[in-house]
Amino acid sequence: MNRMFTWAEAGRIIVLLTVTFVILMPIAATVLGGFKTNGELRVSPFGIPETWHFEFYGEILGSKQFWIYLGNSFLISVLTVVLTLLLGSMCAFAFAQTQFFGSRFLFGYLLLGLMFPVAAAIMPLFLTVRDLGLLDTAWGVILPQVAFGLAFSIMFFRTFFKEMPAELFDAARVDGCSYIRFFFTFTLPLSTPILATIAVFVFVQSWNNYLLPLIMLNDRDGYTWTLGAMDFRGEYAAEWNRTLAFVSATLAPAIVFFLAAQKYIVAGLTGGAVKG
Amino acid sequence: MTRTSFWQRIVHDDQLRMILIFVPPAILVFTIFVMMPMVQAGFFAPWKWSGYGPAPWALNEATDATFGKWVGERNFERMFGHAAFQQAVWNSALVIAVSLLIQLPLALMLALMIYRSTRANTIFRLIFFLPYILAEVATGLIFAFALDGNYGLSAWFSQLFGMEEAWFPLAEKPWAFYSILAALVWKYFGFHMMIYIAGLQSISSALLESAEIDGATNWQKAWYIKIPLIWPAITVSIFYSVLGALQVFDLVMPMTAGGPSNSSHTLVSYLYNFGFIRLDVGFGSAVGVFLFVTGVLFALVYRNTVQRGQ
Repeated sequence: MNRMFTWAEAGRIIVLLTVTFVILMPIAATVLGGFKTNGELRVSPFGIPETWHFEFYGEILGSKQFWIYLGNSFLISVLTVVLTLLLGSMCAFAFAQTQFFGSRFLFGYLLLGLMFPVAAAIMPLFLTVRDLGLLDTAWGVILPQVAFGLAFSIMFFRTFFKEMPAELFDAARVDGCSYIRFFFTFTLPLSTPILATIAVFVFVQSWNNYLLPLIMLNDRDGYTWTLGAMDFRGEYAAEWNRTLAFVSATLAPAIVFFLAAQKYIVAGLTGGAVKG
Repeated sequence: MTRTSFWQRIVHDDQLRMILIFVPPAILVFTIFVMMPMVQAGFFAPWKWSGYGPAPWALNEATDATFGKWVGERNFERMFGHAAFQQAVWNSALVIAVSLLIQLPLALMLALMIYRSTRANTIFRLIFFLPYILAEVATGLIFAFALDGNYGLSAWFSQLFGMEEAWFPLAEKPWAFYSILAALVWKYFGFHMMIYIAGLQSISSALLESAEIDGATNWQKAWYIKIPLIWPAITVSIFYSVLGALQVFDLVMPMTAGGPSNSSHTLVSYLYNFGFIRLDVGFGSAVGVFLFVTGVLFALVYRNTVQRGQ
């Protein structure tokens, strides 16, 4: 190793540590801020708390409303994932295994969804959901989320199904297995990697979604945690420590989930990007 | 085909049965919640309508004038002439500029630093990617705290530079949106970095070794081999950042809600404020149409120029 290399290496480490600091500092300050009184927070926003106050976290974790928010978000996210996976994989299976009248047209039609931002259609979407009587229900958020996630999931599923060995299908057909039974007994169980990747992506998107719940939900008991966090911020506008505790309490599940599922998150990202 | 033979086919032809069961649900949900609203936005755009009562084109002018009226292109005129809208367009352009000039180069530099699979690099990758999975609302609240003049980073800066009064960047005109830009870079550079890392990892090591034998420096290897080879990944990440720039919303609400005096709106927060909040269906749809057309035009032009042949 020569001297030049060492300098480059030192520079690299300095840059990496600086970025690490910039990323972790605000997150750490948020978590620690929830343990401080508001007075201390004003004086020392980023330091370690002088005395650890557990009551702000305690109040939030002990309040029914907080768990209602998390429960709503969880319910909406799980149902969105299940429906997206089911509708998306079934439809993609038909496109991957068969050619039928209009199949190319229908596939192209669904792929148009990749270009449409939710926000562009938000006014008519609101009216549609209202006219269906789904305002202030979880379905009012779930169904549009499923619809806007379909294009992307069908594209991924179809590519994956097309790459599965055709011999398996032929053998099953010879044994008299129907298309539908083949899909549920062979295709789906063999597709766990792609199912997991799409599930993780759809779940994170739904869990973090703000615009759709904001438009569709007005009743506080139906709020997702993102709406709850904004509501809480409005309520305790003068006390940042409480809002920070609230945000931290929601960061914890996100970070645990991320560490558990990061393999799939990265796979989904790079799979789409490199092929795209 | 007679009716009976159609039903017989469904009973006996299991491929047809599968298609009839598997395809319609997805098409139906997609049509109701994506296609129809998108098309309706085009139909609503030339009307002034609150969204209540009969559809605007079914109105009888004499009796239902309270519900809504035809305004033609005036919604678009109003939009393009509105200072807050022009600011929102400018802000979206700023997001794209910052993304291309700061965020992507930063992501590329970091990707080049940590794309090799070592233990330390894996940890850095995880940390840098972490903000991407945090909710924008949570990110926005964290930044709103850090930039609150009474509490966070800006208070610290004010003291450091001996300023008499605390600085509230989120309440000051150009700084409010610059703060949102900073939060955007913080949140999304890791996403682009991961795209580049995947590209870099697929470069054959033989190529780099032969360059090394020819005496190429690290800079030369990066500039003449790695970056050209991951150009497809770079074009993908540019595509995502431009389309993403048109959709920024969640971060704006906790940080500034578009203020002060409508200076920090993005296209979507503008739509939300002047279309949805005021229940101005026609105007909101007109902004939606603008958003849609801009996005689709960009996608088409980009696919046929930059990404041609990929």
